[in-house]
Amino acid sequence: MSSLAVKVGDELPVFQRRTGFAEWNRYAAVNDEFVPIHMDDEAGRAAGFQSALGMGNLQIAYLHNLVREWLGDRGRILTLSCRFNAPNLKDTVICAGGHVTAVTPREKGVEIALDVWTADAAGNRLAPGTCTVLIDR
Amino acid sequence: MPAQSHITDEMQELVGREMRRWVSFPVSSSDIRRWAVAVYYPESPPGRFWDAEVAAVSRYGGIVAPEDFNPFAWMVAEPKGQSTMAAAASNPDAIENGFQVAGPGLKHALNGGIHISYGVPMRPGDVITSVTVLAGYRERLGSLGLMLFTSIETVWTNQSGEIVKTGVSTVIRY
Repeated sequence: MSSLAVKVGDELPVFQRRTGFAEWNRYAAVNDEFVPIHMDDEAGRAAGFQSALGMGNLQIAYLHNLVREWLGDRGRILTLSCRFNAPNLKDTVICAGGHVTAVTPREKGVEIALDVWTADAAGNRLAPGTCTVLIDR
Repeated sequence: MPAQSHITDEMQELVGREMRRWVSFPVSSSDIRRWAVAVYYPESPPGRFWDAEVAAVSRYGGIVAPEDFNPFAWMVAEPKGQSTMAAAASNPDAIENGFQVAGPGLKHALNGGIHISYGVPMRPGDVITSVTVLAGYRERLGSLGLMLFTSIETVWTNQSGEIVKTGVSTVIRY
């Protein structure tokens, strides 16, 4: 798909994962993030949650995966922002989604603005954010 | 009656000061491959992160790291042999304690969010320098009481001085 084919309202294909210790332990292993609330339900409960919870950094990684899979080799990510509204509790199915909010011609290509988010199965947005990418002409 | 601020005069004086400066070990293809496996698990990661032939015909002409890759995990080259996670993981006051200043003494710390701007990608062989500055404090009354938001700005550059990324993260303590 070229930059010309992108328009406001376009939806990105969803990136989906069931998240729990299998995913979090692997992420902890590469990011040295063996924090008790990510490893132990008791530690999660002691911090006020129902269970252990996933890393915010892994939510950020899923948002990058979402955008990269849609963008392919057409361009590059310029910015990505997100905030953490709700915890990623154990065994939640996380869906990362997004849509195009603006298309702006630039000197070197077309800048695309996106709303992006991760959400649980009920549609509650855990990590909403924004992203901009530059697609080559 | 408003809650008493967590931000002491000593903490306010830390704003703008450098918290840490790290230099990574050279990024390896294996580091990139393992990271990609972890963030795409249980599916296989895209070939451009681990297959040199696929990567060679991409826009970058070779393997590059996922944008979210962390070259400082486990240990850094400078300060020599320093672990990058242990102190922050176990001590919510680690930010202030790193300056020999007392922290707010709150029990819990969470990642509140981040804004990242990207420059050049990270490639195998790159040595990345990270400089982190305490950018500011603010507070907000929430359901868990008066919460402290700390902004931390980090700039990564590669061995050629090119900016890899600039990130502003928010740590929430309560």
